[in-house]
Amino acid sequence: MGLVAAELERQGISTVAIQLLRIVAEKVRPPRALVVPFRHGYPLDRPADPERQLAVIEAALKMLEDQRLQPPAIVDYIPK
Amino acid sequence: MGNLSEFPLRYKLFLKAYPWRCIDPVPWAPLKKPLKDTRAVVVSSAGLVRTDQEPFDDSIRGGDYSFREIPSDTDVFKLVDTHRSDLYDHSGLRQDPNLAFPLDGLRELAKNGRIGSLNHRHLSLMGSITAPGRLVKKTIPPEVRKLVEDEVDIALLIPV
Repeated sequence: MGLVAAELERQGISTVAIQLLRIVAEKVRPPRALVVPFRHGYPLDRPADPERQLAVIEAALKMLEDQRLQPPAIVDYIPK
Repeated sequence: MGNLSEFPLRYKLFLKAYPWRCIDPVPWAPLKKPLKDTRAVVVSSAGLVRTDQEPFDDSIRGGDYSFREIPSDTDVFKLVDTHRSDLYDHSGLRQDPNLAFPLDGLRELAKNGRIGSLNHRHLSLMGSITAPGRLVKKTIPPEVRKLVEDEVDIALLIPV
């Protein structure tokens, strides 16, 4: 997904990628990565739980808004 | 937890030894407008397709590098999981495809004004592509060009 993100950013589209493995974010270096503490298969937390899924998406959107971030930006998501 | 301990030893060793493509330099497109005015796209590598689309093909050596376009008005619960990997639990995604293709969540965010709108199409691919050369050279550029023509501002990328 980092490779898709990179081309999107080159063409002017701001991206944020959910990442399940920090090691992959550190090696591939997508422009913005939100590292989530969930199992593979569960990138947005729990199925049939829109509130918890939206919380992850909101954290990703906040990365897009954060003008202090520098590339590559890696942020850890901490569920409530 | 999203860590290597989830996987069998053979896959842990593969992931540690795999020559990941390091993005260098890292491109950076700052947000140019308030989120409430942006057009958003979802890009997911969960291998989801509509019932009228070809499933992803896990027989392609190095991984299936094709994309499926998912129209924005698609009923998320009718998306079909065609990712063949046995390295993760598919049951959550099959119960609720929003878990990796959150069109319902983004619709909600557009409705309440957090983002401006959803693009009319979104992108699906199947991850686990071990030889990404064709993806980088052949399929990513035209798909991204379409999103530029669509005047997309932001992209949410979701693996599985």
